[in-house]
Amino acid sequence: MAESNNQSAETKLSDVHKRIKAAFETFDNAANNTVDVREIGTIIYSLGCFPSQADLHDFIAEVEEDHSGYIHLDRFLPAMTKVLLEHKFPPIPKDLLLQAFEVLDKDNKGYLEPEELTKYMTQEGEPFTQEEMEEMLTGLADHERNVIYYKDVINQLAIDPDM
Amino acid sequence: MGCGTSVATETQGKRVERDEAVQTPGPALTMKAAVLIQRWYRRYMARLEMRRRYTWNIFQSIEYAGEQDQLQLSSFFSFMLDNFTQLNGNGPDLISQLLDPVVDPWLDREICYSLILVPESYSGPRLSFPLSVSDTNALLAAFKEQQTLHARYVLQLLYETKKLLKQMPNIIHLSTSYTKEITICGDLHGRLDDLLLIFYKNGLPSAETPYVFNGDFVDRGKKSVEVVILLFAYLLLYPDNMHLNRGNHEDYIMNLRYGFTKEVMQKYKTHGQEILQLFQDVFSLLPVATVIDGKILIVHGGISDQTNLDFLSSIERHKVKSALRFPKRSLEQLDIGQSCRLTKRLRLTDGSRPSSSRSHSKNQRTQNQRRCGLSRQDMPFLDSLTSVPLPSPPQNEQEWKQIVDVLWSDPKIQEGCSPNTFRGGGCYFGPDVTQRLLLQHGLQLLIRSHECKQEGYELCHGGQVITIFSASNYYEEGSNRGAYIKVGRELVPRFYQYQVSRTTRKLTLTQRVRAAEGSALRALKEKLFAHRSELMCGFQEYDQNYTGRVSVSEWALVLEAVLRLDLPWRTLRPHLARLAPDGSVEYQSCFEDMGPGIPLPQVTSNLAETLFRYRTDIEIIFNIIDKDHSGLISIEEFRHTWRLFSAHLGVAIDDSAIDDLARSIDFNKDGSIDFTEFLEAFRVVHKLDSKDPHLSEKMSRKKYS
Repeated sequence: MAESNNQSAETKLSDVHKRIKAAFETFDNAANNTVDVREIGTIIYSLGCFPSQADLHDFIAEVEEDHSGYIHLDRFLPAMTKVLLEHKFPPIPKDLLLQAFEVLDKDNKGYLEPEELTKYMTQEGEPFTQEEMEEMLTGLADHERNVIYYKDVINQLAIDPDM
Repeated sequence: MGCGTSVATETQGKRVERDEAVQTPGPALTMKAAVLIQRWYRRYMARLEMRRRYTWNIFQSIEYAGEQDQLQLSSFFSFMLDNFTQLNGNGPDLISQLLDPVVDPWLDREICYSLILVPESYSGPRLSFPLSVSDTNALLAAFKEQQTLHARYVLQLLYETKKLLKQMPNIIHLSTSYTKEITICGDLHGRLDDLLLIFYKNGLPSAETPYVFNGDFVDRGKKSVEVVILLFAYLLLYPDNMHLNRGNHEDYIMNLRYGFTKEVMQKYKTHGQEILQLFQDVFSLLPVATVIDGKILIVHGGISDQTNLDFLSSIERHKVKSALRFPKRSLEQLDIGQSCRLTKRLRLTDGSRPSSSRSHSKNQRTQNQRRCGLSRQDMPFLDSLTSVPLPSPPQNEQEWKQIVDVLWSDPKIQEGCSPNTFRGGGCYFGPDVTQRLLLQHGLQLLIRSHECKQEGYELCHGGQVITIFSASNYYEEGSNRGAYIKVGRELVPRFYQYQVSRTTRKLTLTQRVRAAEGSALRALKEKLFAHRSELMCGFQEYDQNYTGRVSVSEWALVLEAVLRLDLPWRTLRPHLARLAPDGSVEYQSCFEDMGPGIPLPQVTSNLAETLFRYRTDIEIIFNIIDKDHSGLISIEEFRHTWRLFSAHLGVAIDDSAIDDLARSIDFNKDGSIDFTEFLEAFRVVHKLDSKDPHLSEKMSRKKYS
């Protein structure tokens, strides 16, 4: 993602705007510069940010059109530009993630049982829906042993090409 | 802000604790850890969703761009038919034989199947007419076992279907009062698995389970023959409970390009021609619309502001054999010079290629591209100058338009009605057009198909239009669901979705997205390859000093301008091109990992590119010329075809280059060319493809970060 360091601030800003617009447009089904508020999380994540649900709620409160359920590009663009330029929701470093898993892995097994992970993900923090949980288990569990080797998972999911 | 920092502090604290003694983490810590993992995972899933979306965009853009070529191809067919007689001066007109048969289409063809003997060794189903349930069950079982129905039965089935369809009106009227619910299915496109899945979930067609299949049974998928045989068999078995609408792919010219013709010829080497001939008749006899309870209109494509159901009921539908054979015009109305210019302008300006559903709403053009019907004599650049009598009787243009509109139109968001310039036929119709038609005929809903939808169905025009699409995984494994609709007496549609899966183990979303993405990117890269010289020209305009680099913005601009695909190029960049250390794009890297199939020494890269781009079209034309399907055509035929083709497209290819090529391909020097081998040379090979899925995954991941 390394754009040229020699680019002027102006070009950089214009590039940022283009990125934001491209991500926004992917969800702008009616071609009228609005997206459903429920897609905002996806759009923000895809731009490289890691907001929590609480962060998202705050952001949405700022940009939503009076609880209409829609967000207009005119309000999204400046707010999102600010987020990107200020690196507001930075990525989670791998080692931090590992520690988080280790916290949950109380017996220090090196893996988590599906029931354990389910308990934490659906009861703690910002809980998953049943659908999210099922997808996570299908995606992350080792097929033979049916446990989650979190160290491998972190490495696996981290190699995905950055967009 | 953020949980990030506080977790760091707390876990650091925890580490210290651990050294001293093992303690269970406090609830606050657990919560923080959970939140972190949830955030990370949700972000991962969102990125996956994003990839799924842009993959979808790629497939749709390329598909629409491909259909634009349809216009070009069909105008070429018209051109060839009207002008190209007697290739070698002796035999009859090869092209017109196939495109416009001289034989009276209503001629009784009973003779064509009754004389065919079915050998003892044939172990497939033996049908007896009139069909019974045991026949359709036998067909189902046979097709599940990958068996092929014997040509004799195919022909007989088609003959019986044709007899039945002749009695049907253009618009079929159904009622829910005698049945429980009517099931409506969309495009199947030769996907037998989807059809079997629908039958499994919903029940086989019967008096209790009536069906409407809304067109596009054939093309693209590998089992078009099986799909359409089953549909026709059930039609014969339950003519009151099984209803088929014609789609734009029930059209022999579309079949030439999109695979049905090829599939038939491969499965039926001896009788393929006759079978195709009968299919042509049967397709043109399919009804074009169905109406349920006078309230729900079902057509394959859509409507236009000219659509009039009363007029549509009255016309002779079988006369429109193909939407792509434009109605003939009287000689006075034609000016060959203008037609030539029109055709050239069509190809060069090409202003009508909005590629995604988003941008067609932005760029509606109203070019009259379809007025290309040519009919003339004495072409100066043909070797054999002959006068050509007008081959077929003129079709009424209005009748043709009624049918084409109903088979090819797409709904759009804005009001109004504009020509569907990139499909080359039909219109884009807005909510006002829908409203007007529904009001005019006392209808309340329009159900149509024709467009692939991720969820298998989609509503628009305030719920007055439903798109229903029944071929799941249409672009690639995991690309979309299929769906069908059920309506009962209360006329409220209910949707049922499904997705066929090739593997028994459930694929994770990640795996499905990766597979679809891989496929989309390969298709996209082939597009780049096919336009290499234009792209290089474009890049070089921004790179006057020949550094081999341009900025990311410039790179994106060139791609957009040349390929005319409305895609998020910046986002796709890591998969397509490499960055130099200063952050600019090394544009040559776009073409690095692709090369031609079999290298032919005479083939310059320009020629290769052109041949690759028009590969499908060339293949079709060769198939037409190769009447006996031997895979060989004479050098003379090859040369003629090539010259015509390049003249028509305005592509400048040196005659001597073609001659060299022809001679070099004639390996055994007997004057004939194995064109399959010839075409092999112009298949693109992706050099980094590997049999090992993990390897190719890793490679595509690491490609250009």
